[in-house]
Amino acid sequence: MEWIMNPWPWYVSGPLIALVMFALLFVGKQFGMSSNLRTACSIGGAGKASDFFDFDWKKERWNLIVVLGAIIGGFLSANYLSDNTVNINPEVVIKLESYGINSAGKSYLPTEIFGAESLSDPKILAVLLLGGFLVGFGSRYAGGCTSGHAISGLSNLQLPSLIAVIGFFIGGLIMINFIYPLIF
Amino acid sequence: MKTLVYLIIGVFFGIVIYKSEAASWFRIYEMFEFGSFHMYGIIGSALAIGVIGIQIIKRRNIKALGGQDMQLNPKAMSIPRYLFGGILFGLGWALAGACPGPMYVLAGAGYGSILIVIFGALGGTFIYGLLRNKLPH
Repeated sequence: MEWIMNPWPWYVSGPLIALVMFALLFVGKQFGMSSNLRTACSIGGAGKASDFFDFDWKKERWNLIVVLGAIIGGFLSANYLSDNTVNINPEVVIKLESYGINSAGKSYLPTEIFGAESLSDPKILAVLLLGGFLVGFGSRYAGGCTSGHAISGLSNLQLPSLIAVIGFFIGGLIMINFIYPLIF
Repeated sequence: MKTLVYLIIGVFFGIVIYKSEAASWFRIYEMFEFGSFHMYGIIGSALAIGVIGIQIIKRRNIKALGGQDMQLNPKAMSIPRYLFGGILFGLGWALAGACPGPMYVLAGAGYGSILIVIFGALGGTFIYGLLRNKLPH
């Protein structure tokens, strides 16, 4: 049972993610996680503010059920299948310590950002809100996120997805090389 | 019945994302620091199998359950849309250390702060809907 409790290596995880994509294709659906955010806006009545949200969200109900499953999967993993620590490259750990993030190797998410006590820090609150905002705005603007473009789109050899994924990395590299030193 | 299939696919996805550590902020940061092959290996191996599988589906004209076509629609070409949208997404991905799939998984894992990230993501999606006609696509 040790292999279940240990982190799964990339050569197990990657093919299993491909399996999720194929399973959805075989039931006539497309793997894409960020479109659920649009569906949620539509359910919340955003169709009154923009026709972008004025669609029959019940057709997207299947994907909300996938999300419900993902939530359950996260619960099962964190509680029964993992010791909830992540071991990363020691050089990266040292770099993080220079930013005051010392929880690498001890937790699944940095407690300095995701710990309940950090929520009283306005800077951390802004990081979480703005990070989420950019993910939501950017994924809809680009028409997909990691699952829709980097996995589904690239698997289907779509040039638009390649441009989007290049954009993901330009944005990510700008954030950690130029903006992190200003924030942390 | 179909609902149960979607639920099982979702549970499986959630477990894989959590156990692969793709939902860990640390792994995303490490990826953008080029500190490990791990995340590149996950995406690369998923893609290698994805590309081969989809080529087989297309060449053999394999249908989805019930005989309907597979959802493999080509995406409309544009540069500004995917590049600008992609860059904004990447900034957020590195700042929050999570993309949409892992956000839901982390919510289930019990990390309360991720709800703030999800709230922000809903806000970003909503504001995009309002500004969409004013943006270059």
